[in-house]
Amino acid sequence: MKINIGILGLQGAIIEHQKMLEKIKDVKVYIVKRKEDLDKIQGLILPGGESTTIGKLIKDFNLKDPLIDKIKNGMIVWGTCAGMILLAKKISNDSKVHLGVMDIIVKRNAYGSQLNSFSTNIVIPEVSNKAIPVVFIRAPYIEKIGKNVEALYKINDKIVAAKQDNMIVTSFHPELTNDISFHKYFVKEIKRKIR
Amino acid sequence: MSTQYELNKNLAQMLKGGVIMDVTNAEQAKIAEEAGAVAVMALERVPADIRKQGGVARMSDPKLIKEIKKAVSIPVMAKCRIGHFVEAQILEALDIDYIDESEVLTPADDQYHIDKKSFKIPFVCGARDLGEALRRINEGASMIRTKGEAGTGDIIQAVRHMRTMTSQIRKLKAMTKEERILFSKELGAPLNLVEQVAELGKLPVVNFAAGGVATPADAALMMQLGSDGVFVGSGIFKSKDPIKRAKAIVKAVTYFNDPKVLAEVSEDLGEAMVGINCDEINISYEKRGW
Repeated sequence: MKINIGILGLQGAIIEHQKMLEKIKDVKVYIVKRKEDLDKIQGLILPGGESTTIGKLIKDFNLKDPLIDKIKNGMIVWGTCAGMILLAKKISNDSKVHLGVMDIIVKRNAYGSQLNSFSTNIVIPEVSNKAIPVVFIRAPYIEKIGKNVEALYKINDKIVAAKQDNMIVTSFHPELTNDISFHKYFVKEIKRKIR
Repeated sequence: MSTQYELNKNLAQMLKGGVIMDVTNAEQAKIAEEAGAVAVMALERVPADIRKQGGVARMSDPKLIKEIKKAVSIPVMAKCRIGHFVEAQILEALDIDYIDESEVLTPADDQYHIDKKSFKIPFVCGARDLGEALRRINEGASMIRTKGEAGTGDIIQAVRHMRTMTSQIRKLKAMTKEERILFSKELGAPLNLVEQVAELGKLPVVNFAAGGVATPADAALMMQLGSDGVFVGSGIFKSKDPIKRAKAIVKAVTYFNDPKVLAEVSEDLGEAMVGINCDEINISYEKRGW
Protein backbone atom coordinates (compact mmCIF):
# COMPACT_ATOMS: atom_id res chain seq x y z
CA MET A 1 0.00 0.00 0.00
CA LYS A 2 1.37 3.37 -1.08
CA ILE A 3 1.22 6.14 1.51
CA ASN A 4 1.12 9.82 0.63
CA ILE A 5 2.95 12.05 3.07
CA GLY A 6 3.05 15.81 2.87
CA ILE A 7 5.70 18.19 4.13
CA LEU A 8 4.53 21.72 4.82
CA GLY A 9 6.66 23.53 2.25
CA LEU A 10 6.54 27.17 3.27
CA GLN A 11 9.93 27.70 4.91
CA GLY A 12 12.67 25.73 6.63
CA ALA A 13 14.34 22.34 6.33
CA ILE A 14 11.90 20.80 3.86
CA ILE A 15 14.11 18.86 1.48
CA GLU A 16 15.89 17.23 4.45
CA HIS A 17 12.62 15.53 5.49
CA GLN A 18 11.86 14.68 1.88
CA LYS A 19 15.19 12.88 1.45
CA MET A 20 14.56 10.81 4.58
CA LEU A 21 11.02 9.83 3.55
CA GLU A 22 12.16 8.87 0.07
CA LYS A 23 14.42 6.24 1.62
CA ILE A 24 11.34 4.46 2.95
CA LYS A 25 9.43 1.99 0.77
CA ASP A 26 5.90 2.77 -0.40
CA VAL A 27 6.03 6.44 0.52
CA LYS A 28 5.20 9.22 -1.89
CA VAL A 29 6.14 12.73 -0.81
CA TYR A 30 4.15 15.88 -1.49
CA ILE A 31 5.32 19.40 -0.72
CA VAL A 32 2.28 21.18 0.69
CA LYS A 33 2.00 24.85 -0.26
CA ARG A 34 -1.75 25.28 -0.66
CA LYS A 35 -4.86 23.87 0.88
CA GLU A 36 -5.73 21.62 -2.09
CA ASP A 37 -2.47 19.75 -1.45
CA LEU A 38 -3.88 18.61 1.89
CA ASP A 39 -6.49 16.44 0.18
CA LYS A 40 -3.88 14.12 -1.30
CA ILE A 41 -2.08 13.16 1.89
CA GLN A 42 -2.53 10.81 4.84
CA GLY A 43 0.18 12.26 7.02
CA LEU A 44 1.93 15.61 7.32
CA ILE A 45 5.29 16.80 8.62
CA LEU A 46 5.57 20.34 9.94
CA PRO A 47 9.31 20.91 9.48
CA GLY A 48 11.83 22.97 11.39
CA GLY A 49 12.35 26.57 10.41
CA GLU A 50 11.21 29.80 12.03
CA SER A 51 7.82 29.33 13.66
CA THR A 52 6.98 33.04 13.45
CA THR A 53 7.56 32.96 9.68
CA ILE A 54 5.71 29.70 9.01
CA GLY A 55 2.90 30.75 11.36
CA LYS A 56 2.41 33.96 9.41
CA LEU A 57 2.47 32.22 6.05
CA ILE A 58 -0.14 29.58 7.01
CA LYS A 59 -2.42 32.43 7.98
CA ASP A 60 -1.77 34.63 4.95
CA PHE A 61 -2.23 31.79 2.48
CA ASN A 62 -5.40 30.42 4.12
CA LEU A 63 -3.84 27.17 5.29
CA LYS A 64 -4.52 27.63 8.99
CA ASP A 65 -8.16 26.56 9.21
CA PRO A 66 -7.85 23.67 6.73
CA LEU A 67 -4.84 22.41 8.69
CA ILE A 68 -6.66 22.61 12.02
CA ASP A 69 -9.64 20.89 10.45
CA LYS A 70 -7.58 18.04 8.98
CA ILE A 71 -5.67 17.47 12.19
CA LYS A 72 -8.84 17.50 14.30
CA ASN A 73 -10.25 14.94 11.90
CA GLY A 74 -7.38 12.58 12.53
CA MET A 75 -4.68 13.34 9.97
CA ILE A 76 -1.39 12.10 11.41
CA VAL A 77 0.97 14.98 11.92
CA TRP A 78 4.55 15.28 13.14
CA GLY A 79 6.00 18.62 14.15
CA THR A 80 9.76 18.97 14.44
CA CYS A 81 11.07 21.97 16.38
CA ALA A 82 9.16 24.91 14.80
CA GLY A 83 6.47 22.34 13.96
CA MET A 84 6.07 21.61 17.67
CA ILE A 85 5.57 25.32 18.33
CA LEU A 86 2.95 25.52 15.57
CA LEU A 87 0.92 22.67 17.10
CA ALA A 88 1.09 23.80 20.74
CA LYS A 89 -1.97 25.28 22.40
CA LYS A 90 0.26 27.70 24.27
CA ILE A 91 3.78 29.13 24.05
CA SER A 92 5.03 30.18 27.48
CA ASN A 93 7.35 32.93 26.27
CA ASP A 94 5.31 34.21 23.33
CA SER A 95 1.73 35.45 23.20
CA LYS A 96 1.11 33.91 19.79
CA VAL A 97 -0.75 30.65 19.19
CA HIS A 98 -0.58 29.17 15.71
CA LEU A 99 -2.58 25.97 15.18
CA GLY A 100 -3.19 25.45 18.89
CA VAL A 101 -4.39 21.86 18.52
CA MET A 102 -2.10 20.00 20.90
CA ASP A 103 -2.42 20.12 24.67
CA ILE A 104 1.16 21.15 25.41
CA ILE A 105 2.81 24.30 26.70
CA VAL A 106 6.04 24.93 24.84
CA LYS A 107 8.96 27.24 25.53
CA ARG A 108 10.63 28.69 22.42
CA ASN A 109 14.44 28.87 22.11
CA ALA A 110 14.40 27.17 25.46
CA TYR A 111 18.11 26.37 25.46
CA GLY A 112 19.27 29.86 24.40
CA SER A 113 21.10 31.07 21.32
CA GLN A 114 22.96 29.09 18.65
CA LEU A 115 25.96 28.65 20.96
CA ASN A 116 23.73 26.38 23.07
CA SER A 117 22.60 24.16 20.19
CA PHE A 118 23.68 20.55 20.68
CA SER A 119 23.39 16.98 19.46
CA THR A 120 23.23 13.68 21.33
CA ASN A 121 22.16 10.03 21.04
CA ILE A 122 19.04 8.80 22.79
CA VAL A 123 16.89 5.67 23.00
CA ILE A 124 13.18 6.40 22.62
CA PRO A 125 11.49 3.05 23.35
CA GLU A 126 8.32 4.04 21.46
CA VAL A 127 10.38 4.64 18.31
CA SER A 128 13.24 2.16 18.33
CA ASN A 129 15.23 0.14 20.86
CA LYS A 130 18.43 1.43 19.32
CA ALA A 131 19.98 4.79 20.13
CA ILE A 132 19.24 7.42 17.51
CA PRO A 133 21.17 10.64 16.91
CA VAL A 134 19.17 13.79 17.56
CA VAL A 135 20.03 17.41 16.84
CA PHE A 136 18.72 20.41 18.80
CA ILE A 137 18.97 23.75 16.97
CA ARG A 138 17.79 26.75 19.04
CA ALA A 139 15.29 24.20 20.18
CA PRO A 140 12.06 24.47 22.16
CA TYR A 141 11.01 22.04 24.89
CA ILE A 142 7.68 21.17 26.46
CA GLU A 143 7.04 22.63 29.88
CA LYS A 144 3.68 21.06 30.54
CA ILE A 145 1.45 18.42 28.99
CA GLY A 146 -2.28 17.77 29.25
CA LYS A 147 -3.68 14.48 30.50
CA ASN A 148 -4.12 13.01 27.03
CA VAL A 149 -0.52 13.65 26.09
CA GLU A 150 2.18 11.05 26.50
CA ALA A 151 5.77 12.17 27.07
CA LEU A 152 8.01 10.05 24.85
CA TYR A 153 11.35 11.36 26.02
CA LYS A 154 12.83 13.75 28.55
CA ILE A 155 16.26 15.35 28.78
CA ASN A 156 17.07 16.84 32.20
CA ASP A 157 13.39 16.60 33.13
CA LYS A 158 12.31 18.57 30.07
CA ILE A 159 10.04 16.83 27.59
CA VAL A 160 11.57 16.83 24.11
CA ALA A 161 9.25 14.31 22.40
CA ALA A 162 5.55 13.71 22.96
CA LYS A 163 2.43 12.23 21.43
CA GLN A 164 -1.27 12.97 21.65
CA ASP A 165 -3.58 10.79 19.53
CA ASN A 166 -2.65 11.60 15.92
CA MET A 167 -0.05 14.25 16.82
CA ILE A 168 3.65 13.66 17.40
CA VAL A 169 6.13 16.39 18.31
CA THR A 170 9.89 16.51 18.74
CA SER A 171 12.15 19.36 19.86
CA PHE A 172 14.92 17.80 17.80
CA HIS A 173 15.62 17.12 14.14
CA PRO A 174 16.02 13.49 13.07
CA GLU A 175 16.03 14.78 9.47
CA LEU A 176 19.46 16.35 10.00
CA THR A 177 21.04 12.96 10.66
CA ASN A 178 21.47 9.80 8.58
CA ASP A 179 19.20 7.72 10.80
CA ILE A 180 15.72 7.11 9.40
CA SER A 181 14.29 5.38 12.51
CA PHE A 182 12.01 8.26 13.46
CA HIS A 183 10.69 8.67 9.93
CA LYS A 184 10.04 4.92 9.79
CA TYR A 185 8.15 5.18 13.06
CA PHE A 186 6.06 8.03 11.64
CA VAL A 187 5.22 5.98 8.54
CA LYS A 188 4.31 3.02 10.75
CA GLU A 189 2.00 5.23 12.81
CA ILE A 190 0.23 6.40 9.66
CA LYS A 191 -0.18 2.82 8.43
CA ARG A 192 -1.56 1.78 11.81
CA LYS A 193 -4.08 4.61 11.96
CA ILE A 194 -5.39 4.47 8.41
CA ARG A 195 -5.83 0.74 8.24
CA MET B 1 34.48 17.73 11.11
CA SER B 2 33.47 19.09 14.50
CA THR B 3 29.99 18.73 15.94
CA GLN B 4 29.75 22.47 16.41
CA TYR B 5 30.43 23.02 12.71
CA GLU B 6 27.65 20.57 11.84
CA LEU B 7 25.27 22.37 14.22
CA ASN B 8 26.21 25.67 12.63
CA LYS B 9 25.48 24.36 9.15
CA ASN B 10 22.21 22.97 10.54
CA LEU B 11 21.04 26.39 11.77
CA ALA B 12 21.54 27.73 8.24
CA GLN B 13 19.38 24.86 6.96
CA MET B 14 16.55 26.06 9.22
CA LEU B 15 16.75 29.50 7.59
CA LYS B 16 16.18 28.13 4.09
CA GLY B 17 13.30 29.52 2.11
CA GLY B 18 13.41 32.59 4.30
CA VAL B 19 14.34 36.25 4.25
CA ILE B 20 17.03 37.77 6.47
CA MET B 21 16.55 41.51 6.90
CA ASP B 22 18.98 44.31 7.78
CA VAL B 23 17.75 46.33 10.75
CA THR B 24 19.32 49.31 12.49
CA ASN B 25 17.27 49.45 15.70
CA ALA B 26 14.94 47.44 17.92
CA GLU B 27 11.84 48.93 16.34
CA GLN B 28 12.89 47.86 12.84
CA ALA B 29 13.81 44.44 14.19
CA LYS B 30 10.27 44.02 15.50
CA ILE B 31 8.83 45.09 12.17
CA ALA B 32 11.04 42.56 10.39
CA GLU B 33 9.98 39.75 12.74
CA GLU B 34 6.34 40.71 12.41
CA ALA B 35 6.67 40.69 8.62
CA GLY B 36 7.99 37.12 8.72
CA ALA B 37 11.79 37.47 8.55
CA VAL B 38 13.65 34.28 9.56
CA ALA B 39 16.48 36.31 11.07
CA VAL B 40 17.66 39.90 11.36
CA MET B 41 21.04 41.42 10.64
CA ALA B 42 21.82 44.04 13.27
CA LEU B 43 23.82 46.99 12.00
CA GLU B 44 24.24 50.71 12.56
CA ARG B 45 23.82 51.82 8.96
CA VAL B 46 22.30 49.94 6.06
CA PRO B 47 24.68 49.54 3.08
CA ALA B 48 22.97 52.32 1.09
CA ASP B 49 23.83 54.78 3.87
CA ILE B 50 27.37 53.46 4.27
CA ARG B 51 27.76 54.05 0.55
CA LYS B 52 26.35 57.56 0.75
CA GLN B 53 28.20 58.68 3.88
CA GLY B 54 31.53 57.03 3.16
CA GLY B 55 34.24 56.76 5.82
CA VAL B 56 35.21 53.60 7.66
CA ALA B 57 32.39 51.19 8.37
CA ARG B 58 32.92 49.00 11.45
CA MET B 59 31.16 46.46 13.65
CA SER B 60 28.05 47.91 15.34
CA ASP B 61 27.94 49.14 18.93
CA PRO B 62 27.30 46.13 21.22
CA LYS B 63 24.57 48.16 22.91
CA LEU B 64 22.60 48.30 19.67
CA ILE B 65 23.09 44.60 19.06
CA LYS B 66 21.92 43.76 22.58
CA GLU B 67 18.82 45.92 22.17
CA ILE B 68 17.96 44.20 18.92
CA LYS B 69 18.59 40.79 20.45
CA LYS B 70 16.23 41.64 23.26
CA ALA B 71 13.52 42.86 20.91
CA VAL B 72 13.08 39.68 18.84
CA SER B 73 12.83 35.90 19.21
CA ILE B 74 14.27 35.03 15.79
CA PRO B 75 18.02 34.57 15.23
CA VAL B 76 20.17 37.71 15.32
CA MET B 77 23.17 38.14 13.06
CA ALA B 78 25.75 40.93 13.02
CA LYS B 79 28.59 41.98 10.74
CA CYS B 80 32.29 42.24 11.41
CA ARG B 81 34.99 43.49 9.06
CA ILE B 82 36.87 41.09 6.82
CA GLY B 83 39.85 39.80 8.78
CA HIS B 84 38.88 41.59 12.02
CA PHE B 85 38.93 38.60 14.33
CA VAL B 86 38.63 40.72 17.46
CA GLU B 87 35.34 42.19 16.29
CA ALA B 88 34.30 38.57 15.76
CA GLN B 89 35.39 37.66 19.29
CA ILE B 90 33.27 40.52 20.63
CA LEU B 91 30.24 39.43 18.62
CA GLU B 92 30.67 35.87 19.87
CA ALA B 93 30.82 37.16 23.44
CA LEU B 94 27.49 38.92 22.83
CA ASP B 95 26.00 35.47 22.25
CA ILE B 96 24.35 36.30 18.93
CA ASP B 97 23.44 33.53 16.49
CA TYR B 98 25.52 34.21 13.36
CA ILE B 99 28.39 36.48 12.29
CA ASP B 100 28.62 37.91 8.78
CA GLU B 101 32.27 38.56 7.86
CA SER B 102 31.18 41.20 5.44
CA GLU B 103 32.63 43.13 2.52
CA VAL B 104 30.03 45.83 3.23
CA LEU B 105 32.19 46.98 6.14
CA THR B 106 35.67 48.36 5.48
CA PRO B 107 38.13 45.44 5.40
CA ALA B 108 40.60 45.23 8.28
CA ASP B 109 43.02 42.89 6.53
CA ASP B 110 43.92 42.85 2.84
CA GLN B 111 45.34 39.32 2.87
CA TYR B 112 43.63 37.15 5.44
CA HIS B 113 40.06 36.42 6.29
CA ILE B 114 39.17 35.36 9.84
CA ASP B 115 40.17 31.84 10.85
CA LYS B 116 36.55 30.91 11.42
CA LYS B 117 37.39 27.37 12.51
CA SER B 118 38.78 28.75 15.74
CA PHE B 119 35.33 30.06 16.70
CA LYS B 120 32.29 28.26 18.09
CA ILE B 121 29.82 30.75 16.62
CA PRO B 122 28.75 30.27 12.98
CA PHE B 123 29.87 32.56 10.14
CA VAL B 124 28.29 33.49 6.84
CA CYS B 125 30.55 34.94 4.14
CA GLY B 126 30.03 36.51 0.74
CA ALA B 127 31.34 34.97 -2.48
CA ARG B 128 31.34 35.85 -6.17
CA ASP B 129 32.24 32.43 -7.50
CA LEU B 130 32.86 28.86 -6.48
CA GLY B 131 36.53 29.39 -5.65
CA GLU B 132 35.78 32.19 -3.24
CA ALA B 133 32.92 30.22 -1.66
CA LEU B 134 35.17 27.21 -1.07
CA ARG B 135 37.99 29.32 0.35
CA ARG B 136 35.54 30.72 2.88
CA ILE B 137 34.16 27.27 3.69
CA ASN B 138 37.71 26.02 4.12
CA GLU B 139 38.26 28.80 6.67
CA GLY B 140 35.16 27.62 8.53
CA ALA B 141 32.17 29.47 7.05
CA SER B 142 29.01 27.41 7.60
CA MET B 143 26.86 29.46 5.23
CA ILE B 144 27.56 31.32 1.98
CA ARG B 145 25.79 34.21 0.30
CA THR B 146 26.41 35.94 -3.00
CA LYS B 147 28.07 39.29 -2.53
CA GLY B 148 25.97 41.05 -5.11
CA GLU B 149 26.52 44.77 -4.80
CA ALA B 150 25.14 45.89 -1.46
CA GLY B 151 23.40 49.22 -1.07
CA THR B 152 22.63 49.69 -4.75
CA GLY B 153 19.24 48.07 -5.22
CA ASP B 154 20.70 46.77 -8.48
CA ILE B 155 20.37 42.99 -8.77
CA ILE B 156 22.83 42.43 -11.60
CA GLN B 157 25.84 41.41 -9.48
CA ALA B 158 23.89 38.97 -7.33
CA VAL B 159 22.58 37.36 -10.51
CA ARG B 160 26.08 37.21 -11.94
CA HIS B 161 27.49 35.63 -8.77
CA MET B 162 24.75 33.04 -8.45
CA ARG B 163 24.93 32.11 -12.12
CA THR B 164 28.72 31.88 -11.96
CA MET B 165 28.56 29.51 -8.99
CA THR B 166 25.90 27.24 -10.45
CA SER B 167 27.58 27.11 -13.83
CA GLN B 168 30.95 26.24 -12.25
CA ILE B 169 29.30 23.50 -10.20
CA ARG B 170 27.62 22.11 -13.31
CA LYS B 171 30.92 21.99 -15.17
CA LEU B 172 32.67 20.45 -12.19
CA LYS B 173 30.15 17.62 -12.02
CA ALA B 174 31.05 16.53 -15.54
CA MET B 175 34.81 16.60 -14.97
CA THR B 176 37.16 13.67 -14.66
CA LYS B 177 39.33 13.26 -11.60
CA GLU B 178 42.35 14.82 -13.31
CA GLU B 179 40.33 17.73 -14.58
CA ARG B 180 39.09 18.39 -11.07
CA ILE B 181 42.66 18.75 -9.82
CA LEU B 182 43.36 21.35 -12.46
CA PHE B 183 40.06 23.08 -11.77
CA SER B 184 40.82 23.24 -8.05
CA LYS B 185 44.06 25.10 -8.92
CA GLU B 186 42.20 27.47 -11.20
CA LEU B 187 39.62 28.16 -8.50
CA GLY B 188 42.25 28.60 -5.80
CA ALA B 189 40.21 26.21 -3.67
CA PRO B 190 41.22 23.08 -1.75
CA LEU B 191 40.85 19.86 -3.73
CA ASN B 192 38.93 18.01 -1.00
CA LEU B 193 36.18 20.63 -1.08
CA VAL B 194 36.15 20.64 -4.89
CA GLU B 195 35.70 16.85 -4.80
CA GLN B 196 32.92 17.22 -2.26
CA VAL B 197 31.04 19.72 -4.44
CA ALA B 198 31.45 17.42 -7.46
CA GLU B 199 29.87 14.59 -5.49
CA LEU B 200 27.06 16.60 -3.89
CA GLY B 201 26.32 18.62 -7.02
CA LYS B 202 26.02 21.68 -4.80
CA LEU B 203 27.87 23.60 -2.11
CA PRO B 204 28.24 21.67 1.15
CA VAL B 205 26.56 24.57 2.98
CA VAL B 206 23.43 26.65 2.48
CA ASN B 207 23.78 29.38 -0.15
CA PHE B 208 21.70 32.57 0.06
CA ALA B 209 21.42 35.53 -2.30
CA ALA B 210 22.45 38.99 -1.14
CA GLY B 211 23.37 42.41 -2.43
CA GLY B 212 20.90 44.40 -4.49
CA VAL B 213 17.56 42.74 -3.71
CA ALA B 214 14.93 45.51 -3.72
CA THR B 215 11.66 43.98 -4.92
CA PRO B 216 9.66 40.74 -4.48
CA ALA B 217 10.52 39.99 -8.11
CA ASP B 218 14.24 40.35 -7.36
CA ALA B 219 13.91 37.92 -4.47
CA ALA B 220 11.97 35.38 -6.55
CA LEU B 221 14.48 35.75 -9.38
CA MET B 222 17.30 34.75 -7.04
CA MET B 223 15.26 31.82 -5.73
CA GLN B 224 14.54 30.60 -9.26
CA LEU B 225 18.27 30.84 -9.97
CA GLY B 226 18.85 28.37 -7.14
CA SER B 227 19.33 30.42 -3.96
CA ASP B 228 18.32 28.78 -0.70
CA GLY B 229 17.00 32.07 0.67
CA VAL B 230 17.52 35.82 0.49
CA PHE B 231 19.18 38.62 2.45
CA VAL B 232 17.60 42.04 2.02
CA GLY B 233 19.72 44.94 3.17
CA SER B 234 18.75 48.46 2.27
CA GLY B 235 15.85 47.26 0.11
CA ILE B 236 13.30 47.25 2.91
CA PHE B 237 13.92 50.14 5.27
CA LYS B 238 15.02 52.48 2.47
CA SER B 239 11.71 52.01 0.68
CA LYS B 240 8.52 54.02 1.09
CA ASP B 241 6.52 51.36 2.94
CA PRO B 242 8.91 48.97 4.71
CA ILE B 243 6.25 46.80 6.40
CA LYS B 244 4.35 46.14 3.22
CA ARG B 245 7.50 45.51 1.20
CA ALA B 246 8.99 43.22 3.85
CA LYS B 247 5.84 41.09 3.93
CA ALA B 248 5.72 40.97 0.15
CA ILE B 249 9.33 39.80 -0.13
CA VAL B 250 8.72 37.05 2.46
CA LYS B 251 5.77 35.78 0.42
CA ALA B 252 7.70 36.05 -2.83
CA VAL B 253 10.47 33.84 -1.45
CA THR B 254 8.01 31.12 -0.41
CA TYR B 255 5.98 31.21 -3.63
CA PHE B 256 8.91 32.09 -5.91
CA ASN B 257 7.62 29.74 -8.58
CA ASP B 258 4.09 31.09 -8.66
CA PRO B 259 3.80 34.19 -10.90
CA LYS B 260 0.21 34.76 -9.79
CA VAL B 261 1.23 35.14 -6.16
CA LEU B 262 4.21 37.26 -7.25
CA ALA B 263 1.91 39.57 -9.20
CA GLU B 264 -0.38 39.89 -6.23
CA VAL B 265 2.33 40.70 -3.70
CA SER B 266 4.12 43.11 -6.05
CA GLU B 267 1.08 45.34 -6.30
CA ASP B 268 1.00 48.81 -4.80
CA LEU B 269 4.13 48.57 -2.66
CA GLY B 270 4.96 52.27 -2.95
CA GLU B 271 8.35 53.44 -4.06
CA ALA B 272 11.26 51.02 -3.94
CA MET B 273 14.63 52.24 -2.66
CA VAL B 274 16.01 54.75 -5.11
CA GLY B 275 18.90 52.61 -6.20
CA ILE B 276 22.14 53.23 -7.99
CA ASN B 277 23.21 51.57 -11.19
CA CYS B 278 26.22 49.32 -10.47
CA ASP B 279 28.08 50.93 -13.37
CA GLU B 280 27.85 54.33 -11.71
CA ILE B 281 29.31 53.54 -8.29
CA ASN B 282 32.75 54.58 -7.06
CA ILE B 283 33.45 51.76 -4.63
CA SER B 284 32.56 48.24 -5.54
CA TYR B 285 32.13 46.18 -2.33
CA GLU B 286 32.06 42.93 -4.24
CA LYS B 287 35.78 43.32 -5.01
CA ARG B 288 36.59 43.18 -1.30
CA GLY B 289 37.58 39.70 -0.11
CA TRP B 290 40.49 37.58 -1.23
